Amino acid sequence: MNSRIISACRRYANDPGRLMDILLDVQRDLKGVEPAAMELIADQLGITRVEVEGMVTFYSFFSDKIKGDVVIRLCGDIVDRHAGGREIAKIFSEELGIAVGETSADGRFSLEQTPFLGMSDQAPAAMIDQTIVTCLSPEKVRHICSSLKAGVRPEGLVTAHGDGNNGHPLIRAEVSNNIRHAGEVLLCQVPANAGLHGCLLLQPRKILDELEESGLTGRGGAGFPTGRKWRVAADTPAQQRYVICNADEGEPGTFKDRVLLTERADLMVEGMTIAAFAIGSSAGIIYLRAEYGYLRAYLESVLQARREQGLLGRDISGKQGFEFDIRIQMGAGAYICGEESALISSCEGLRGEPKNRPPFPVESGYLGFPTVVDNVETFCCVSRIMDRGGAWFGGFGTGKSTGTKLFSVSGDCARPGVYELPFGITVRELLERADAAEAAAVQVGGPSGEMINMGQFDRRLCLEDLPTGGSVMVFSLHRNILEIVDYFLEFFIEESCGYCTPCRVGNVFLRKRIEKVRRGLCEREDLDYLKELGKTISMTSRCGLGRTSPNPVLSTIRNFPLVYAVLLKEHGDGVQASFDIQSALEESRRLAKRRSMIYDPNYDET
Amino acid sequence: MSKILKFEIDGVEIEARRGQSIMQAADDAGVYIPRLCDVEGLEPQGSCRVCVVKQNGRVVSACTQPAIEGSQVENETEEILGYRRDLVRMLYHEGNHLCPICEASGRCELQAMGYRLGITQATKYPYLQPVRPVDASHPDIVLDTNRCILCGRCIRASRDVDGKHVFEYVGRGINKRVGVNGNRLADTDVELKDRAIDLATCPVGCIIQKGQGFFAPIGERQFDKRPITLGVGPGKEKKT
Repeated sequence: MNSRIISACRRYANDPGRLMDILLDVQRDLKGVEPAAMELIADQLGITRVEVEGMVTFYSFFSDKIKGDVVIRLCGDIVDRHAGGREIAKIFSEELGIAVGETSADGRFSLEQTPFLGMSDQAPAAMIDQTIVTCLSPEKVRHICSSLKAGVRPEGLVTAHGDGNNGHPLIRAEVSNNIRHAGEVLLCQVPANAGLHGCLLLQPRKILDELEESGLTGRGGAGFPTGRKWRVAADTPAQQRYVICNADEGEPGTFKDRVLLTERADLMVEGMTIAAFAIGSSAGIIYLRAEYGYLRAYLESVLQARREQGLLGRDISGKQGFEFDIRIQMGAGAYICGEESALISSCEGLRGEPKNRPPFPVESGYLGFPTVVDNVETFCCVSRIMDRGGAWFGGFGTGKSTGTKLFSVSGDCARPGVYELPFGITVRELLERADAAEAAAVQVGGPSGEMINMGQFDRRLCLEDLPTGGSVMVFSLHRNILEIVDYFLEFFIEESCGYCTPCRVGNVFLRKRIEKVRRGLCEREDLDYLKELGKTISMTSRCGLGRTSPNPVLSTIRNFPLVYAVLLKEHGDGVQASFDIQSALEESRRLAKRRSMIYDPNYDET
Repeated sequence: MSKILKFEIDGVEIEARRGQSIMQAADDAGVYIPRLCDVEGLEPQGSCRVCVVKQNGRVVSACTQPAIEGSQVENETEEILGYRRDLVRMLYHEGNHLCPICEASGRCELQAMGYRLGITQATKYPYLQPVRPVDASHPDIVLDTNRCILCGRCIRASRDVDGKHVFEYVGRGINKRVGVNGNRLADTDVELKDRAIDLATCPVGCIIQKGQGFFAPIGERQFDKRPITLGVGPGKEKKT
């Protein structure tokens, strides 16, 4: 055991800044990072054991106890749940003889639930070590379990792989792209490196000008102008600058970056290289979420091929003095790391907690150097803009939201998948394309976005109206809105980093009250409680996760008032709706070993 | 010399040096902004959020937000006081804060903040009632994280002042807590003389010094006499 830990530390030069990678290796090799291992790692790196413990207990793919040889992670997302996820979990549990959260006595299997795998277009899905299995049916799960028990390795479970690069020898995944509509910017045929080659003839300033002209805004959801962000990084005096690609799409219902990473990896790396040239950076990082670990070997091969073609490394494409290379940083299961400063913390080997701002990452980011962090889709757009021009790109979309956008549509529709359409299309148009005739509610932008009702389907998907990083979840009339709200709150509670009070504690209180509403134990005043608490959380939280976490409650109270109204009680007698005299008496009855003279009609019988 | 800039807190003009936080500038000017995770001599952390103010209409934490020339800061408005009450209530309900039986009563900043904000009776939130083992392994120190408000003052004091890193956050979300560098406190190199253990560091009754209990009678302690404000704060009370 010790030699494997020591060699894992040495692999990363005993650098505490690479603690993520070291722990990922130790977790993989030893199936867990127990206190003794933490101690040894701390000794090797010259840090304290409690710092290592802080990391291990922060990321859900690390564990301070030994897991099974094979770890099965079921996607617990609401769309997976609606697609039969609970039944699937039950069968896994029965077949393996362990409950979710347990490890089998023989140490062969661990069964877990993970909040979101990024496969809601082919739900229910699970991740078995690094292998993804999709469209799970009871028969399929039984077959998977018997194969695993017979000793088949997870990668051997893949019988048929998906379309496109999903069949690439380095991917070979049972994942389908589900590209339902290829637009004119990203999913159409794209020329290789046309944007990069054009850029290398320009002054870096000209690239920033062109980007600003295009009106490109960050595709992660926040919608900040990319050109302006890069210009601050370029203008901040520094010895080094960093370019980071945020491939940590974790917003439930989003899976479009999965498709871009599979089919447009070169275009993305090209965009990162353009960024490096524009801001003056020689080092980049792709932060890849753990759930997309099955794409890592392929992405490494893309980077290696580009090095061999002179598109990464020194004197890129013959441009004297332009040096840039990229490493892949794997994540370890933390939604919060999609927030750019938390992502940077994670790259630095720290707990994935957001940093205080100011300073902003573009001024002081990774290791204190100016850093641009952009989404996979944003970098892909950059390459296309540099090929076709800012004016061309600005011709798509609306005034503030230019270009096309990849929408990930899932849930109750016949054609779930990725749609590339210009910004500004209405929800209705998208629903028609996705064949979602029964749609009664649509969650736009994931749990942190807004849930809209049928009367709002003519609203437009763009920054001016309904912003989204891509997630569009469709729910039919048969779905329980409050079950969805409850799930979203559960998600935020699970994924809150816990740094600030309102997000850490407030969301627990929100969920408790929603559970009470669902049980029919609330009054009109409880809605005021939810609204006030939601406002405090959204106003006082430190980062975007906390600030948007009450949205499931606040947007449904606004857009689905009747869902709440039917569950509320009137309290004419002055007694709180949640008060039940019989259950209140129960403990006294038990202690006194007799019944109540007033409330039990059969008092005499005891 | 750093440049002087001017801004307003609740309509009163304040001067600040460039790079100062709103909190530092307010402290220098004698204007109190309530706080729990921030304390003199440690890097500001911005986690408790009790010091939230509005700067030009945006809610920010005063301890981490730089003062801006010409800005308007709202500190004691009804809206801000409402947020602060909610945040302090959240902290009360997250842990087990039974003031009448707590050694820190009367010198506890959470309790004092409750009084200052007018929280004098049971509040609307549910109690989470954590049940974590108390660590009394150390000869001089007791750690009861059921009373912890995760302010991180002990973590920063141990790391940045004592140079030891005895404490660190472990866990995530609602399961986040303060962990120690070892299986228990007795396994660490923490000492009574550490800044992390100083009465001024832990704002509540989470870190308790053994043999020092009730050194001043409850009722005679600093916050029993005066509300928490500038200069009436942690560790300002002398042991007898």
